[in-house]
Amino acid sequence: MAGNSDPLSPRAKLAVTAGKAVAAASRAAGRGSGSVIGGRVALKLDPDLLARLAQNLDVVLVSATNGKTTTTRLIAEALGAAGPVVSNALGANMPAGITSALAGGSEARYGVIEVDEKYLAGVARDTDPKCIALLNLSRDQLDRAAETRMLAENWREGLAGSKAVIVANADDPLVVWAASSSPNVVWVAAGQMWKDDAWSCPSCGGVMQRPGEDWFCGECGFRRPTPSWALSGDHVLDPHGSAWPIHLQLPGRANKANAASSAAVAAVFGVPPQVALERMYQVQAVAGRYDVVQFMQRDLRLLLAKNPAGWLETFSLIDPPPTPVILSVNARGADGTDTSWLWDVDYTRLTGHPICVIGDRKLDLAVRLEVANQHFQVCEDLDEAVRAAPPGRIEVIANYTAFQDLRRRVGN
Amino acid sequence: MSDNSLRVVWVYPDLLSTYGDQGNVLVVERRARQRGLDVARLDVRSDQPIPTSGDIYLIGGGEDRPQRLAAERLLRDGHLFQAVNNGAIVFAVCAGYQILGHEFVNDLGQRQPGLGLLDVTTVRGTGERCVGDVLADIDAPLGLPALTGFENHQGITHLGPTARPLARVRFGKGNGTGDGTEGAYNDTVFGTYMHGPVLARNPQIADLMLKLALDVNALPPTDDRWYEALRTERIAAAQQPA
Repeated sequence: MAGNSDPLSPRAKLAVTAGKAVAAASRAAGRGSGSVIGGRVALKLDPDLLARLAQNLDVVLVSATNGKTTTTRLIAEALGAAGPVVSNALGANMPAGITSALAGGSEARYGVIEVDEKYLAGVARDTDPKCIALLNLSRDQLDRAAETRMLAENWREGLAGSKAVIVANADDPLVVWAASSSPNVVWVAAGQMWKDDAWSCPSCGGVMQRPGEDWFCGECGFRRPTPSWALSGDHVLDPHGSAWPIHLQLPGRANKANAASSAAVAAVFGVPPQVALERMYQVQAVAGRYDVVQFMQRDLRLLLAKNPAGWLETFSLIDPPPTPVILSVNARGADGTDTSWLWDVDYTRLTGHPICVIGDRKLDLAVRLEVANQHFQVCEDLDEAVRAAPPGRIEVIANYTAFQDLRRRVGN
Repeated sequence: MSDNSLRVVWVYPDLLSTYGDQGNVLVVERRARQRGLDVARLDVRSDQPIPTSGDIYLIGGGEDRPQRLAAERLLRDGHLFQAVNNGAIVFAVCAGYQILGHEFVNDLGQRQPGLGLLDVTTVRGTGERCVGDVLADIDAPLGLPALTGFENHQGITHLGPTARPLARVRFGKGNGTGDGTEGAYNDTVFGTYMHGPVLARNPQIADLMLKLALDVNALPPTDDRWYEALRTERIAAAQQPA
């Protein structure tokens, strides 16, 4: 099973080569990494290429609304203990980007693949994964994405016949609904701060009861499964009840949850939790996220938050007041063009922080903060916002394209 | 207004709070408090009875199945009718707007009865979803400035004789009927396709509801400079669709 011992067919080889050539041309033209365009060309020449590339790998798929890229990175790091890994580490998570990433790893034994939520069922069909990690599902870009519960339904149907071990978050009712059609599930109590997409039972529509950390539907009996793994403060509890300390350079509760899920995935491949967790410590920043950069004599920590659940987790990890906070929001295609979600974010959690708002939709943020009774300043751009803060740490929270703009400005 | 506080009821956030609908509740609360009013906010889940003594009832948008469940539970509960008879104000968005009408098409493709508090009927459109920024002129008797908002719906809502259109679109789709109408109202019951935080872009509508609830003609002024800046930006954007 391990290693790419079976040679690719001549057609598949041609497709891989053509894809790489196009990617190189795209890079040379300054159009990003070229992985997506390269993958598209390769898939056109050989539509089964993804399946062919995957057949000699032990494949892990990772999907979620939030934390996909980071968790993919943590799992890749952990499985590195057992053999060479190929991964779409830069977050190109649709079939073309995945194909391109796998084409670059002919020596690998493991393929650790982040998958966009909408494509999970199809990619699972093509790649015959050994393991699928499902972290969370919540509202995200509703003006162009499917409804959240429909995504869960789509996962549930797509995974019903899968032979993969599903590592799933027992604390997210939508994820539990999606995973529980599979015969082989490892439940992880990874927690979830955001609860507002699962007040209605995904199975019968009854009102969900949520006493403490537990949850159940009073009408149909759908309830939280008993987890075998759990995140408990700064430790991962394994199925034997042993507690393993989590040491991460990445901040926040959500990343500890990602580490717990990653440890459970690593165990599926025989990598023990202490080895997996030690290796995860090496992960510093993922595609610029959580990076601390020097800019105009300040230390900017770059935090990506794309939706209400993500903002909630991000507010919980920032330094306490009076650390200044810069918020940047755009509403371009990749962000979703509707800014309504800003009203699902609880900005009163920023009370006491000096706040500056920037980005294409800074006025939406201004009204949102005004209604939340927060003090804030509207700035023209990042430079002006940074100048408004004293030297030291600044927390910069941005949604997708706003984050890319930030990285470009600070040269990250 | 009963006793000393303004009672704001958020109807079924467990089902109808998908597109930032909490925004309307927050804006009403904030603008009432800025006028020195005490506000009692009641978030009522769909397994709880709707109180009849509220002053303003806010109903949000939602996905197709939650909409069906919300309509069933509101009809079974029945208290919203009594509240409206008591003179309460109802402001509903998107899926909530459809529920206020006589009938809509649910997630099972069936025609489902609504509350009939507005003389409107919704069918499912067969064309593309209506998605994007909207600019509309609010019905003249209400005396309000232009309506700016964001719509995202498949439904087409036809108005009957006793419902007045809330607005007429200059840009965007609104009710989707092709006659330019957007939303509907009758006395103290309002419906619109503009998403959840529509009151953040149109604080004058929030103020209209406060005036109706307090039975006054004017309110003390507030500092609306950020609302105005946002309105100016979005009105310009609606006139130049990407």
